[in-house]
Amino acid sequence: MLDTSEGYTTADGRKIGGVVMEMKNITLRFGGVKAITDISFDIREGEIRAIIGPNGAGKSSMLNVMSGFYVPQEGEVWFHGKPRPPLKPYEVARQGIARTFQNIALFEGMSVLDNVMTGRLTQMKTGLLAQSIWKGRAEKEETENREIAEKVIDFLEIQAIRKTPVSRLPYGLKKRVELARALAAEPKLLLLDEPMAGMNVEEKEDMSRFILDVNDEFGTTIALIEHDMGVVMDLSDRVVVMDYGKKIGDGTPDEVRNNQEVIDAYLGVEHD
Amino acid sequence: MSDQFVFAMEVTLNGLMAGVLYALVALGFVLIYKASGIFNFAQGVMALFAAMTLVGIMNGQVPFSHLINATFGTDLHDFGWHLPALLAILLTVGVMVLLAWGVQRFVFSHLVGQEPIILFMATIGLAYFLEGLADLMWGSEIKTLNVCLFGESGCLPQGINETIDAVTYEWFGYGFFIDNLDITATIVAAVLVAALIAFSQYTKQGRALRAVADDHQAALSVGISLNFIWILVWSLAGFVALVAGIMWGAKSGVQFSLSLIALKALPVLMLGGFTSIPGAIVGGLIIGVGEKLFEFAIGAPFLGGATENWFAYVLALVFLVFRPQGLFGEKIIERV
Repeated sequence: MLDTSEGYTTADGRKIGGVVMEMKNITLRFGGVKAITDISFDIREGEIRAIIGPNGAGKSSMLNVMSGFYVPQEGEVWFHGKPRPPLKPYEVARQGIARTFQNIALFEGMSVLDNVMTGRLTQMKTGLLAQSIWKGRAEKEETENREIAEKVIDFLEIQAIRKTPVSRLPYGLKKRVELARALAAEPKLLLLDEPMAGMNVEEKEDMSRFILDVNDEFGTTIALIEHDMGVVMDLSDRVVVMDYGKKIGDGTPDEVRNNQEVIDAYLGVEHD
Repeated sequence: MSDQFVFAMEVTLNGLMAGVLYALVALGFVLIYKASGIFNFAQGVMALFAAMTLVGIMNGQVPFSHLINATFGTDLHDFGWHLPALLAILLTVGVMVLLAWGVQRFVFSHLVGQEPIILFMATIGLAYFLEGLADLMWGSEIKTLNVCLFGESGCLPQGINETIDAVTYEWFGYGFFIDNLDITATIVAAVLVAALIAFSQYTKQGRALRAVADDHQAALSVGISLNFIWILVWSLAGFVALVAGIMWGAKSGVQFSLSLIALKALPVLMLGGFTSIPGAIVGGLIIGVGEKLFEFAIGAPFLGGATENWFAYVLALVFLVFRPQGLFGEKIIERV
């Protein structure tokens, strides 16, 4: 197995750094139901880390733990070398962890540009009064943040729809706008919940390209959830495999592909 | 031009201005409803509470004086000073912000994720609590409110507007009676709405406010604290309540029946839609003009008058039948 204790170099020659986030023995229960059982893994700087598994494996729950939407009963989340106390989701976001949602959670009534600008909120520091009076610093801050938002919009090739209300966009574009909003926050860690769910082949290819480009261009650390094995294997550097809330595999795509337990989980296994 | 038509014009103008006051109350409802889905039954009482607090602070009244005197056998009534209105308004805004924080901290932070009906019940409780608190703090007697911004000058004007009277007399041979206070209220309301719109469109907090109104989960994921935003909207609603309370209080005295204007805001909201700020304005104006014109054209000549008391509710019923989402509200389409 790949030794990752000191960072590593990927097959395509990218240098992967130290641990950004580490999940330590996470257990999450809903009443009597265990959604996640004693799972540990880490995410390293600059890598694309995937969490895969069949439906109901607990992938989304895991992402919700990482983004603070769920608080696990046992285990610790370490972020930048320190254990993270139980935080509210908005506090996690302010630490530099941005996310997207499986079922798209955009501000439907706002334009694409406004949606992307909300991604900048954590970076804007001017207080309520200064903002209301709307002078000097607040104006300068707005302009600077607007520039970054426009850059992200250009990068994801959605310039043509910047002023369009999100509610009028087709599904595939909405997914891209959601990615843009998350990216606008210049996150230290980007969490993507099934970024390719419900897309056709062409849209999936586009999205894969954007994810790779984001990682390449900005060096953003990305953790993503998918249940489409094919896409994940091409995209990610390391893969965690979950089934029934347990971790059944962890390693490079090749290692995972040849793991008997993983094959059983995906293809089913004969019971005798 | 016939006399009837000229009268109708005067009635319409007066109706528009009455409508502005309805719209002011409705505006407070819309702010809170949009951001949190809470239908705030206490909005009218907030206007009463704000107006009473303003009068109390201006007159240097000792808050809770009855309670203090009864407990300690003292004889306190007022501090013996009169605060300038501008300072008193600022202090009252402070009290309303404090109230907003208290409401969020002690009531609604414990009710996150509850059914709308439970949140609504909580606001009914809040309405009675606030009414009792206002009574306990400032006493129950009717007070006059006269706000003068700069010492003796800059007072809220009262009485007939002489210019309009003279001009209309020249044109139509009949002088319109338009109250100066109504004109002032209209201007203040216009400025307030413009400021609210500018705030929500061009500031960071305004953007966060719109984001929360749209999707709570997504708002959390971009780092917006729902708690902060809810305190902010309750503060804004408190400020709007203060403005409404000043205008109504100057018109008809600060008294407990002020809280009943909230009931007039209900038909306004049904007309305009619960989630639309322009809707609250247009709804208020339609109700204001509608009830005055109806009284003038049909009510007084044929129905024995006093139709203003019920016209708004009947109009709201008609809207509920034919356009339940209101003029500007979002149509709710649910997937079966």
